[in-house]
This record gives sequence, structure tokens and C-alpha cells, in this order.
Amino acid sequence: MHKILLIIQREYTTRVQKKSFIILTLLMPILMSAMMFLPGYFMSMDDEQSRTIGVYDGSAVFLGRLESSAFTKFKFIPKEEYLSAKSDLKQSTYYALLSIEPNFLITKTVQVISQSNIPWDVKSQIQDKIQGVVEKDKMAEVVRQTAIPDLEQKIAATKTHINVDTIKVGISGEAKKSSTEIGMVLGYIFGFMIYMFIFIYGTMVMQGVMEEKQSRIVEVIISSVRPFQLMMGKIVGIALVGLTQFALWVILGVAIFSASKSFYPGASKAQQIQSVMAQSQDAAQQAAPQMDKMHEIFSMIDTINFPLLIGCFIFFFIGGYLLYSSMFAAVGSAIDAQEDAQQFMLPITLPIILSIMVMMSAIKSPEGPIAFWFSIIPFTSPIVMMARIPFGVPVWQLALSMILLVATFVGMVWVTGKIYRTGILMYGKKPSWKEIGKWLMYKS
Amino acid sequence: MELFSAKDVSKTYASQQALTNVSIAVEEGTIFGLLGPNGAGKTTLIRIINQITAPDSGSVWFDGRPLKPADISQIGYLPEERGLYKKMKVGEQALYLGQLKGLSRHDAMRELKMWFERFEITAWWDKKVMELSKGMQQKVQFICTVLHKPRLLIFDEPFSGFDPINADIVTQQILQMKKNGATIIFSTHNMESVEQLCDHIALIDKSRKILDGPTKQIREQYKSNIYDITYRGEFDVNTHDMANKYNIITHSQNGNGNKLCIQYPEGSNSRELIKDLVEQVEIISFNEVIPSMNEVFIKVVKQNS
Repeated sequence: MHKILLIIQREYTTRVQKKSFIILTLLMPILMSAMMFLPGYFMSMDDEQSRTIGVYDGSAVFLGRLESSAFTKFKFIPKEEYLSAKSDLKQSTYYALLSIEPNFLITKTVQVISQSNIPWDVKSQIQDKIQGVVEKDKMAEVVRQTAIPDLEQKIAATKTHINVDTIKVGISGEAKKSSTEIGMVLGYIFGFMIYMFIFIYGTMVMQGVMEEKQSRIVEVIISSVRPFQLMMGKIVGIALVGLTQFALWVILGVAIFSASKSFYPGASKAQQIQSVMAQSQDAAQQAAPQMDKMHEIFSMIDTINFPLLIGCFIFFFIGGYLLYSSMFAAVGSAIDAQEDAQQFMLPITLPIILSIMVMMSAIKSPEGPIAFWFSIIPFTSPIVMMARIPFGVPVWQLALSMILLVATFVGMVWVTGKIYRTGILMYGKKPSWKEIGKWLMYKS
Repeated sequence: MELFSAKDVSKTYASQQALTNVSIAVEEGTIFGLLGPNGAGKTTLIRIINQITAPDSGSVWFDGRPLKPADISQIGYLPEERGLYKKMKVGEQALYLGQLKGLSRHDAMRELKMWFERFEITAWWDKKVMELSKGMQQKVQFICTVLHKPRLLIFDEPFSGFDPINADIVTQQILQMKKNGATIIFSTHNMESVEQLCDHIALIDKSRKILDGPTKQIREQYKSNIYDITYRGEFDVNTHDMANKYNIITHSQNGNGNKLCIQYPEGSNSRELIKDLVEQVEIISFNEVIPSMNEVFIKVVKQNS
């Protein structure tokens, strides 16, 4: 036991002292938060380039009815000027030309001619304005024909926004407002995190085993400790590296999140960003006081059972990691060079990639049969079950999944331990599957 | 007393027979040469001693009782295929390997300091292994093998990668450890060092032991009536019928120290050879040629095939 601790200690300290570990650990939360906040921040910055668009209105419907906004100006021009500007757009004073043909009301199509691609913003402005004018005219025609006063206002009043409050009923009967969106986001984040950790740290185990084999230190070490101790020491040591990194990310993430909250100058700006990020939200809701909304989100987050979620995360991370990293260790022991890894990696990576695919559907329908079965099957359960947990999973399913996972990794560690024991001392040609099968039969 | 013995040990890998009923006995305080051509099964036997692998049948004994896992701390093993963690510092690594053998950190540190001073490599302590040359790495590795003062040492090609000066230093250290009571199993293809170091040898070929005994006795056993003679005087072997009676291996005449290497046939003896010679020449020296281990090795292995 003392020796396995020594191995764990070495595996752990040599890795956390590496520059690459420190840099990645510090950089990752910064990159992640940059990826989350920067697009919102940039989108909130207004497009401040002024553009003049020359409008040739052959249909005579729009003359004087396209209002210029602060930076986009519409200037109506006669056909001759339009044609000359079109032939030499570069020299003209216009950023782009808008051509409305006489038969516009039939074709319902306009043309924008420009040198470069016009921004999406400008395009949608033109579209909105033209659509607005046409709809207004049609509405006026209907009002005139039916002769109902205030028809316009009456129709506008029929527009209704519906809120769907999702209420989760607990065992004791208390009802809490829950959030499907928050469940999906959390399911996705946790499932994806397990996926990432299994891959990153599983590969690290494989490389560690290969390093020992390639540098030929392995025979020296296994004359002091059992091969199984060496394998498990390495797996556990690297798991601790992973948990350390995770813990540091949580701490750094919280620090950056609270720092960035104070970075945004005022509530108005924050609201702006929010409105950009969630454009479909109802205006009325936005108008409601900021505090109310925050309160609502917090109360929704409260419905998520975080101790259970984090407990399960640690369990499924360790279980999934042990299952896969022992397979990665076996692959590392069987091969001499990284290039040979491909053939043996496939059966390992396939279920992991399958899990992440199933996870995507599991967060949409967490109770569905696909989500259910894949969250029970041990090879996919760590990722898929994690995605289901924020929505609430019956205790028996959780227990079944956990028991199967533990049983499978115990069996897998036993099998891979046998492959590992023989593989680390085999040099030369790349083994076949059949040969690896034979290794299982060797007496230790 | 025997420190280590293997009795009727057999081991099969898939389709390949690695050891067939091999028995060896290693006396305490001696150097035991484990010889054999490549792929004969030596490494398998060594791995069995180190409990890296277990025999299919037969038994392995240490200090008068069956070998058990805890005995690992009393065995030091320098494998033929050896290496160190390239990116780890020399001192840190040696400490780690010493601790894995059961030394406390404190004891390992004390022993290491002594060995590093003895080998004059104290300056390497904080260097990474990859910064060292092959020979330097071998020195570090040698130290890691003997650090925990094992009772049984197993050296597989310990001199590979060493220049003659360092090889001599290591030889002296091995002899010193023997003097201090250590038992050593020594596997090598360098037969000169076998003659120099080994008290006893066993030769394994094609998974079977084909030769076993004290080094001197084996060489005696394989001598083949050949004598080296130095003489004075003119002598033509052909005119004196010598060539018909004896097998002349080499003959060179250059003034004072004329040399003759000669083999008498089966049924004859050295007295007869001397008698035939003294009639012709003045003998200065007359020595029986004892075959080198190299010759014994080649002869025995060829006979076995």
C-alpha cells in the first residue's frame, strides 16, 4: 500500500508541476469566459458607420416613406442618376443602391447593388422598412373596405405573448418553479465536462504508460512493485490531477464571473447585452425590473439539487474515468509507438463519441427510451446520465446505473490489468487482437 | 548455503517454450554466471526470480524457503533493457526508485549521497536524465540497483554502454559487494568478464540447462590436450614425424622464443609429448591450454544444436 502511494505521488507531482498544466489551468477559464462574454459584448456595440443608400423607386410606392435612421440614410434618386451611379458605383457617393422596379407589388422583390457584401444589419433594416410600408398600405386598404373603425388597433390588440411556467412537484408535494432551459444547459455542461475529462486524462494515462515502456524503465519498476500497482497508481495519480484541475477551474471561474459582473458599468448596458443575447424575449418582460428577473433565475436554480448534481458528477467522472483510463492503459501497454495507437483506440473512442451524440438528444428528452437505456449501459452512462440528472432521475435508475458502472469498471480493470502486465514487457511487432486475447490467459 | 534456487522450473508463452525443467542453485556470497545464446530463456528465468512472472511449474526458493513477494526488497535487478524517466531529475528519480524498494526517504538519501560521491557524480543531482549521456545514465541506474543493499543482485549485461574505465569501476564495485557478502547473478555475453568474475556458471540453450558447474572445473572439463610450448633451437616438425603423430595447431620460429601449439591424440598423454620434444629441442616453457569460456560456450551450444 505504501508503494502505491509513492507511485500516486510521483504521477501527481510530476504532472501538476509541469508548465503546460499550469498554463492550461490558468488559461482555460479565461478563454472560456472570453468565449461566453465577448460575443455579447461586441454585439452590444452599435454599428456606427454612416451609409447613404441611393433609392430608385420605379413603383412610386415608397417615395419619401423610407425613413433614414441615425447611420443609414436613404436618398431617393431619379432613374438617370441611378443608372449612372450603377455603372460606376465606386466613384458615386452611395454606399449601395436600392432598386425598386415598377412591377414591385407583383414580384415583391427589391435589389440591393453594392460593391461589397452589405452587413446583415443593413439588409434587415431595408427589409423591415419596405415590409412595414407595404403592410401599412394593405392594412389601410382593408380598413377602407370593411369600414370598421379602429380595426388597426383592434388587430394589434390580439397579439399575445404566453409564458409557460414549469412547476416541479416534489415528493412532499411542494411545488417549485423549475426551468427546462437551465436543466438543459447544466446537463450539457456536466455531460460535456465528463466527456472532456475522460478523453484528456485517459489519453494522459496512455501516454504515461507508453513513456514508461519506451524509456524502458518499466522493468526496473515492476521488479519493485506489482504491475497492477503501477497501473492503478498511475490511473489514480492522474485522476487526482484531473480533480485538481477541475477544482481550480471552479475557483477561477467563480472569481472571473464575479469580477466580470463588476466590469460591466451599469444595469442598462447589462440589459442591452441580455437583449442581444435573447432577442426573441418579450419586450414587456424586459421592461420589468432587473432585480425581479434575477430573483426568478435564482429561485429556479434553487430547484436544482446541487449537492446531488456535484456528488453524481464526481461519482460518474471517477467511474467513467476508471473504466476508460484502464482501457487506455492497456492500449498504451500493447503498443510501442504512438502511431500504432489508432487501431486500438477506435473501440475505446467509439462509445465515448456515441455517448456525446446520445447526450444531445438526452437533454431534449431526458425521459425517452434512448436516454434511459444509454444512461444505464455502463460505457455510455457517465456522460448520458449526467445530462439527465438536472431534470431529476428516479432513484432506482440512478442506483442501477451506478452499480453497473462499478461492476463494469472492476471487471474492466481486472481484464486490462492482465493485458497491461504482459504488454509492458513486449517489444517489437505490433500485437494483433488475437495475441492480446492470449495475454489474458497467461499466468502472472 | 544456497541463497537462491530454482527447481524444475518450466514456463511456456503461448506457443513458445521459454524454460524446460531448469534447476539452478546459487551459493550465498558467490557470483553466478547465467549464460546462453539470445532467446535461450535467460530473461524469463531472471523475471521469475524477480517475480515479474511466475513459473508454470516447479518451485523457486530464497534463503531456504519458497520465494515470497516481500523478498523483492532483498533483490536488486539491473535489466538488460533499462531506462529512466527522461524528464525527471536524477536525484529525485533515484530517491523514488530507492523508496519503491522499501527504503525510507531518509535512508535512501543517505545511501545516495554516499554512492554519488563514490562515483563522483554529485553535480548531476539536479540534472534531468535526458541531459546525461548513455554511460552517465548507466551509472545512475547501477546505483539505483544496489542502493537498498540487496542480498541478491541480478545484473543483466551490466557493462553495456560503459567505457573501459567505467567498466572497471563497476567491476571493482561488484567484487567489493561480493566481498561484503552479497550474492550476484550475472548474465552476459561477454565471456572474458565471466572468466574474471564468475565462481559458478549455468548455460541455458533452447529453454534447457545444458551446462552447470564451477567456472574453473568447466574449463578444465573442456580442455582438449592442447599445449603451448616455447623452445630454443632449430626444429622442423615435418622431418621429425611429429606432424604424423600430433596435431600441430600453430608453429612459429623467430630466434629465441620459438612457439609451438600442439595437440596430442586420444590415448596419448603429456609425458609422451614431452619425451618426443626434449629429444629435438630445449623446452623453455610447457603449458596446458585451458579453453576460454568463449570457446566452451561456442562448443557447447554448437553441440546442442
